Amino acid sequence: MLETSTNGPFVTGKVRLEHAAGMHARPAVKLTKLAKRFQAQISIRASETADWINAKSVAKVMALRAARHSMIEIKAHGEDAEAAVAALVDLVAADFPEMGP
Amino acid sequence: MSDMVGIVIVSHSKDIAKGTADMVRQMVGSEVKVAFCGGDPDGGLGTNVGCIMDAINDAWSPKGVAILVDLGGAETNSEMAVEMLEPARRGLVVVCNAPIVEGAVMAATEAAGGSSLEQVRAVAEELSAG
Repeated sequence: MLETSTNGPFVTGKVRLEHAAGMHARPAVKLTKLAKRFQAQISIRASETADWINAKSVAKVMALRAARHSMIEIKAHGEDAEAAVAALVDLVAADFPEMGP
Repeated sequence: MSDMVGIVIVSHSKDIAKGTADMVRQMVGSEVKVAFCGGDPDGGLGTNVGCIMDAINDAWSPKGVAILVDLGGAETNSEMAVEMLEPARRGLVVVCNAPIVEGAVMAATEAAGGSSLEQVRAVAEELSAG
């Protein structure tokens, strides 16, 4: 399940985490590396009650400890925010495929 | 690629140094240069300055090199290796105060995004800041 929408200055997206092991080390590294390709400020959280964290901080993304089937929310703000949210939603929806450098 | 900070891993154990470097390559990718050294020439535990200097040269980037160490001598020998570099390069190498495995993976992830040496160091050291 995934969706994106524009909410004020933020572009937001939601995607369910299907990775068998949840957001463990390798997915966290992939998500962070992808987030860093964009200029936008990008935040994520793994539940509606959690604090938003910086998607470009690998330590914080790993510390999310998001379990399988968590709903990952992504919001971004900035010029390429839309592309950033779409790319990150795709990454999670595609279950963190190997990326080129 | 030369536009990313390089990573050097220094452990008393060659196996730990190599294993940490393998984790970085597999988890982060091969675009960041990673060099490692550990153990003494007889196969025992140890670190030495010459080997660390070679590793710094292998991982060299104009953006600098971040070194991750394990215990005691790994840190003092790494500092000595930095001191022995020519002055122009000395300021471009830092020894991070971070756990060796986690620090190396996080530092390399940050480096892969094209961050500066100071940013790479800060991310590695975030782990020990608690």
